[in-house]
Amino acid sequence: MSRFQKILRGVVLFIGAVAFLFPFYYMIIGSLQTAPDPTIAGAFPNPSNITGENYTAINDRINLFQGLLNPGLFTGGVLLGTLVFGVLVGYALAVLQWRGRGVTFALALLVQVVPFQLLMVPLYVLIARDYGLSDNYLGMILPFAINSTAVIIFRQYFLQLPKELFEAARIDGAGEFAVLRRIALPLVRPALITVVLLTFIGPWNEFLWPFLITKEAGLQPLAVSLANYISNVAATAANPFGTTLAGAAVLAGPVVILFIMFQRYFISTDIGSGVKG
Amino acid sequence: MTTLIENPPRPVGRTRRILGRNPLGLLFSAPYLIFVIAVFAYPLIYSVWISFHDFFFTAPGFEADRPFVGLTNYLTAFQDPAVIRSFGNVGIFLLINVPLTVVLSLLLASGLNRIVHFRTFLRVAYYVPYVTASVAVVAIWLFLFNGDGLVNTVLGPLAPDPSWLINSTWAMPTIAFFVTWKQLGFYILLYLAALQGIPKELYESASTDGAGPIRSFFSVTVPGVRPATVLVLLVSTVTGANLFTEPYLLTGGGGPDGASASPVLIMYQKGLQQGQPDVAAAIGVVLVVLVLVVALLQNRFAGGRD
Repeated sequence: MSRFQKILRGVVLFIGAVAFLFPFYYMIIGSLQTAPDPTIAGAFPNPSNITGENYTAINDRINLFQGLLNPGLFTGGVLLGTLVFGVLVGYALAVLQWRGRGVTFALALLVQVVPFQLLMVPLYVLIARDYGLSDNYLGMILPFAINSTAVIIFRQYFLQLPKELFEAARIDGAGEFAVLRRIALPLVRPALITVVLLTFIGPWNEFLWPFLITKEAGLQPLAVSLANYISNVAATAANPFGTTLAGAAVLAGPVVILFIMFQRYFISTDIGSGVKG
Repeated sequence: MTTLIENPPRPVGRTRRILGRNPLGLLFSAPYLIFVIAVFAYPLIYSVWISFHDFFFTAPGFEADRPFVGLTNYLTAFQDPAVIRSFGNVGIFLLINVPLTVVLSLLLASGLNRIVHFRTFLRVAYYVPYVTASVAVVAIWLFLFNGDGLVNTVLGPLAPDPSWLINSTWAMPTIAFFVTWKQLGFYILLYLAALQGIPKELYESASTDGAGPIRSFFSVTVPGVRPATVLVLLVSTVTGANLFTEPYLLTGGGGPDGASASPVLIMYQKGLQQGQPDVAAAIGVVLVVLVLVVALLQNRFAGGRD
């Protein structure tokens, strides 16, 4: 490849990256504007048109603290379920030999292509109507409780550990659970971080399910209350775009910051192997 | 046989013969298996059952008679022009979104794979929309593609009238572009993983044979990432068929006049808002069958013989 082609490639990738980041920059700018300025000049910060009022205005309509606490609890529950039960099943799939192992692994792969739209109606009927778990954290968590991609990533990591380690521990008289907890788990710490990062994105950003199952404003994740604000309330606000963008910035902020901090664990090969199996 | 040395025999010989060498594996997997049955397998069967019965919501604990009605729900669903239209809409969506996703993510991934400077910055930039909540980025696009928004200001006289999201021709393509942009990072990630698996020697021998960068892209890269392409096709088709948040928020409930309604949006309106879960379940079953057919066709044509 010639030098010119290399520079051209760099320039194209850079322009693409700017196109991908621009809307986020524009979100911050827009959320700080006293009056919405859709002109080209409005894409640059203008000291006379900067305010923090949009953030207080959206906080008056939606309790932002509650709005972040709710998906926090939802995501926390999913992470707990995925880490505890996902590690157990991942270890069983990689290290132990038992009847049904092949079927379980096939299920974990299959579950990832089951479209949620087919499950929407029956899950709503079961969880909201039959079990009476609407407006309840448990009802929110249940369909996401164990992330199947995480199960496969755990399996992949446990497979890479040398078998001799486990055998030595077993000969020393350690029970299977002790082998998992004291030997296998400390060795797959990077997998834990990858899984936390990957699992975090799903429930934190999930809209459809919490939207269906929560009617009580106090229990709604910010994604749901912001969506309701966009479709119902925004029209009556003084600066609808500014307040909406302020809400969007609060919703996007935690994930984007977390992702940038831990992006080196968001490694293509791990997640690729997780999705491909 | 080394088996005996590796695993000292346990007193329960028969259990091990039935459940395998480490019956504990089943115990470790039990919570996950119960979860999969309760949240995936059972609802999946239940959904098909609902679609063939006269089903309606009742108060918790109240047992109602739900007679078998054959294909009535399917007929009710597909005699409604709005339902037919929503399937056409998702067809338009997939025709734009899927090819664009495959081409852009492969090109960007192979560019990102070779780049030396600003590697982390560039990758993070492409991943950020993927990790952000749809609702948050929808809010930004609403502002950008509004009638007097920045996009139209820049385009000036070239801007469509009525504006993008309230224009019946442009609403669906705009949603398709939005989703392509939003999800691209994930597919770039998949392609980057696949690119690591192509041996460097293949590129070297291609260039010794006189192949330029374009030729070696088509002769080495494209065939080398074929399994990833099949996966990208499958995942983007399933994601597209699942479309809900974007028409619900970006075009205010599938507007203008149903031009951007998706089947899942119609399922939500019919099933949960209008109290016809049986009709919604029927739409869901048809949608999934169609997705499976499309996925099989893609696999047949893109998957090759391996």
